[in-house]
Amino acid sequence: MRHETIEKSLNLMMVLIVVAISIGGLVEIVPLMFSADATEPAEGIEPYSPLRLAGRDVYVREGCYNCHSQMIRPFRSETERYGPFTTAGETVYDRPFQFGSKRTGPDLARVGGRYSDDWHRLHLTDPRALVPESNMPGYPWLTETVVDPQLITAKLRALQLLGDPYTDEQLAGAAAAVEGRSEMDAIIAYLQELGINRRDRR
Amino acid sequence: MQQPGWPLRSLAATPNQQHTGVLPLDTAASYNDKVVRQFSIMVVVWGIVGMLVGVLIAAQLIWPQLNFDLPVLSYGRLRPLHTNAVIFAFGGSALFATAYYVVQRTCHVRLAFDKLAAFTFWGWQLVIVLAAITLPLGITQSKEYAELEWPIDLLIAVVWVAFAVVFFATIVRRRIKHIYVANWFYGAFIITIAVLHIFNNLAIPVSLTKSYSLYTGVVDGMMQWWYGHNAVGFFLTAGFLGMMYYFVPKQAGRPVYSYRLSVVHFWSLIAIYMWAGPHHLHYTSLPDWAQTLGMVFSIILLAPSWGGMINGMMTLSGAWHKLRSDPILKFMIVALSFYGMSTFEGPMMSIKTVNALSHYTNWTIGHVHAGALGWVAMMTIGSMYSLLPRLYNRDSMYSTKLIDVHFWTSTIGVVLYAVPMWIAGVTEGLMWRAVNDDGTLTYSFVESLKAVEPYHVIRLLGGLLFFGGMIIMAYNVWKTVSNKKPVPVAVLEPA
Repeated sequence: MRHETIEKSLNLMMVLIVVAISIGGLVEIVPLMFSADATEPAEGIEPYSPLRLAGRDVYVREGCYNCHSQMIRPFRSETERYGPFTTAGETVYDRPFQFGSKRTGPDLARVGGRYSDDWHRLHLTDPRALVPESNMPGYPWLTETVVDPQLITAKLRALQLLGDPYTDEQLAGAAAAVEGRSEMDAIIAYLQELGINRRDRR
Repeated sequence: MQQPGWPLRSLAATPNQQHTGVLPLDTAASYNDKVVRQFSIMVVVWGIVGMLVGVLIAAQLIWPQLNFDLPVLSYGRLRPLHTNAVIFAFGGSALFATAYYVVQRTCHVRLAFDKLAAFTFWGWQLVIVLAAITLPLGITQSKEYAELEWPIDLLIAVVWVAFAVVFFATIVRRRIKHIYVANWFYGAFIITIAVLHIFNNLAIPVSLTKSYSLYTGVVDGMMQWWYGHNAVGFFLTAGFLGMMYYFVPKQAGRPVYSYRLSVVHFWSLIAIYMWAGPHHLHYTSLPDWAQTLGMVFSIILLAPSWGGMINGMMTLSGAWHKLRSDPILKFMIVALSFYGMSTFEGPMMSIKTVNALSHYTNWTIGHVHAGALGWVAMMTIGSMYSLLPRLYNRDSMYSTKLIDVHFWTSTIGVVLYAVPMWIAGVTEGLMWRAVNDDGTLTYSFVESLKAVEPYHVIRLLGGLLFFGGMIIMAYNVWKTVSNKKPVPVAVLEPA
């Protein structure tokens, strides 16, 4: 076929463009959706508890991913610094994923248990009080804002709808689990359990 | 190099024919330039806003006090505002403006559906305003360049479909048989962005301001970077190549260098780009086969990218002397040079061993800005300087001298931005992996942050310079368009 035929027919050109742009995505994405490696939870990985989920949503809202990755690559220098490399099965309840693409601060995939709750509280309020060289913003407002118990039930229900294995009992108890907790409590709960499932493996 | 029927000859040979339109005209006999003017002015406005936010967040990285402990001013919320403003508000307005202008001129027909075209302008501005409100409030999906929440995503989809209808309906009404090459690129960009936007943003709403992605973990990551890389490939590349294929030959007064090259690099570019996404996920838990595919196609992508660069550059054959006197052409040629440079750097960074060093560092930021400032912004600025006088019934901009000043400000600005980011990136990469003889790590993380601080400062200077250039442009544009009453331009008869 001469190219002249294509450039004289808009319909033909549009069809060929759609064909040309479709193949890459189909080949690279669709098989992943059916691959157990990419979609089955790793050992010890459970859906986020209500308080941790609230904390994760604070993490997303504040845009922590702009400076912190959650993806330890399989290099010795990385496993030495951050702990065992991240596997796909550890991220199956992450909607959306939080791999990040820039490290202005360190990776947080296994930050759980590294510091005390009090350290996090102080650090999130005034980072330079603990790390003088840090350029991280402070998040003092998190201690003043309270997690919305109504919304957390709706969130769990949406995730259940999407197939995350929350039980109806968990949904019923969700509001009570976050009642009266600050967003600071929530994000610390989230951070403190990040990556602890394989912490001690090398 | 031209083929029979290739409509470029008439395009290049009639640089100023638009000004000869006689009044009065009935609407169908004139071009719809109102919507082009509206988008063109917003290019300058959003460019200034988006780059100002960029300057602020660059300063925050040096002086964190500038976050003021306020939610709406904190870096994590403002960085998405910066990226969205420069890509979709500044770049997007430029693409709408030029696509609407070019499709009318190359099809020799008035833009289809005046009201729908007006809707795309106001709709797109509404999207931008909503983004500027919601992102600082922390309303975000946290997927890069797809942060906007579901109600805004729906609005984007509606505006985009309207854009497609206006654009393709105009092509359907064309009065010449051939569809001009710029329109292939604009067309591919419009179709592909629709596909990317819809699939990446599929989510279940929880409330008006919160949703959860349909995909999780690695699948979500792959979906996002299939989107993210092709936002670069189609929004910031194919669309701007469309702009290049009209405004470079027009400004140089020469036909496009090679028809054959434009055919080959068009189809290979759009097909290969779609495979390159996984290079954003090298050494992550994405399966190796996908990473390898992403790397291989990213390397191949060098060829079609350079095809476009060469075709643009060589269009100046026989007209190189114009670079001495025409700063608009200088913008375009430097834009093409940065395009060539970034599309060499990109494939290199997608090689896994290089990526192991460069990923997560400032090198990526330098690379992006060599492309975004060097290629996208400079091509936009050049095209706007070429376009605005035509839209306001003038022979040229208010001041050619100021265009030249803007050119040098921008060029030095990009260099001062990109070079320190390269150095900073390599420094970080090397410090993170450095180990002592006993196998322990040499540097703590915060030492690497301290080490790149001087480069953050130089980068801020580069950004400030580029931003300053936009202020000069705003002044020049203001003097060009104020007190000028635009007149309708008659639709040109096909040659």
